Amino acid sequence: MRNVFLFIRRHFNFLFFLVLQIIALSFLFRYNKFHEAAFMNVSTEITGRINEKYNGIEYYFQLKKTNESLVRENLRLRQQLKDNYEAPDSARRLFYDTLRFDSGMAMRKYNIMEAKVVGNTTALQSNYLTIHRGFAQGVRPNMGVTGPQGIVGSVINVSENFATVMSMLHRHFTVIAKLKNGSETGPVEWDGLSPLFVTLRSIPRSAKVAKGDTVLTSQTSYTFPANLMVGTVYEIVPDNSSNFYTLKIRPSTNFFNIEYVYVIDNMQFEEQKRIEDSTRKKVQ
Amino acid sequence: MSELLKNTIRFILFILVQVFILFKMPPLHRFITPYLYYLFILWLPFNLSRTGLTLVGFIFGLTLDYFSKYPGLHAAACTLIAYVRPFVIGLLISQEGADKNYISPSIVSMGWAPYATYVIVLTLLHHTWLVILEWMDIGSVVYLIGKVAASTAISLLLILLTELLFYRKQKFRTNTI
Repeated sequence: MRNVFLFIRRHFNFLFFLVLQIIALSFLFRYNKFHEAAFMNVSTEITGRINEKYNGIEYYFQLKKTNESLVRENLRLRQQLKDNYEAPDSARRLFYDTLRFDSGMAMRKYNIMEAKVVGNTTALQSNYLTIHRGFAQGVRPNMGVTGPQGIVGSVINVSENFATVMSMLHRHFTVIAKLKNGSETGPVEWDGLSPLFVTLRSIPRSAKVAKGDTVLTSQTSYTFPANLMVGTVYEIVPDNSSNFYTLKIRPSTNFFNIEYVYVIDNMQFEEQKRIEDSTRKKVQ
Repeated sequence: MSELLKNTIRFILFILVQVFILFKMPPLHRFITPYLYYLFILWLPFNLSRTGLTLVGFIFGLTLDYFSKYPGLHAAACTLIAYVRPFVIGLLISQEGADKNYISPSIVSMGWAPYATYVIVLTLLHHTWLVILEWMDIGSVVYLIGKVAASTAISLLLILLTELLFYRKQKFRTNTI
């Protein structure tokens, strides 16, 4: 016993170093596994406040770009207004509309909330955004996040007034996407190499794909509504060992000057997940 | 200004510069992540105990981690260089008692060549450990070596600029302990 104490006293510095190193590594690997740690709650709140202060200044320098991107989005939405389309009347009989007023609420699947981005990194291997909208304002983990031009990421961690969003530029981020021409689906991931590109894998060689083709979110994604913009095909890399293409995608979101995002709440997610889980149990 | 106050201000400034300037820069190349923040550890005073040094390194790294939302990564690297620092200084210090006569490592207190070696060794160590931890599930050997080399070069350039811009006055202390 005495020798043990002597050993500890003699090598105290080295043991102390080892302990701290092990604590750091356990943070690193446990966090990556579960994407969540209790102490992150407090730190998100504190770093969120500091980020917000900084963003208050930076925001003015980005105003012009932010405004441009919002105007472009408005234009796109205005183009889709019902009043822009008119077909000649073809009804032969008179119908009465018997639907209740605002009957759409019961069928509503996605609820969209706006949020201000107060923190953002692009230079690391695991990039996160911090948004100024948290649990109290209706954000929950695993919600999808999209920007004016295209999808951005998904919510990982939520504190009272802030939330951290795993950006598309994170090695654990995956979203099911499809090609606009032909609807072949595959996962979009980031290989960690360049923040300008992500990859879309598992596209069969039979797919007709060309440079510049549009990539949209698939309807099989839990977190995103179908047909949201992901990006455009930049390069087609044939994988000779298999029957699949790997596509290099240029994300339509500019991650360097992102100021506003929309948080998407899938209101039917619980029900869909419940039936899928119970199916799995039945088959087993 | 007392050393404690000076280092506290440095702590905050280095974190803010790293998070809000260097991490915000548009990336030059996929191999390059500009790191400057660990210069704080290199500038800590000589008379800090080894246990204290390791602990300060850990806390400093963890603070940066909370800003980059990746707890443990920078903390591990900072703990490593803070632990190794006294050994490197012990090997490199040429004048007898320089670590008693001066407050902290600098060009004045250690001399050009030893100080440069000290910075290069700890920079390489910091970047290598950081990239290895990041590398666990990605990349190749080319990526590892390329990233360490390119980031080290950029970091050294940044440190050189910082040393030239912010000249630290170092008084020679004799028998004043």
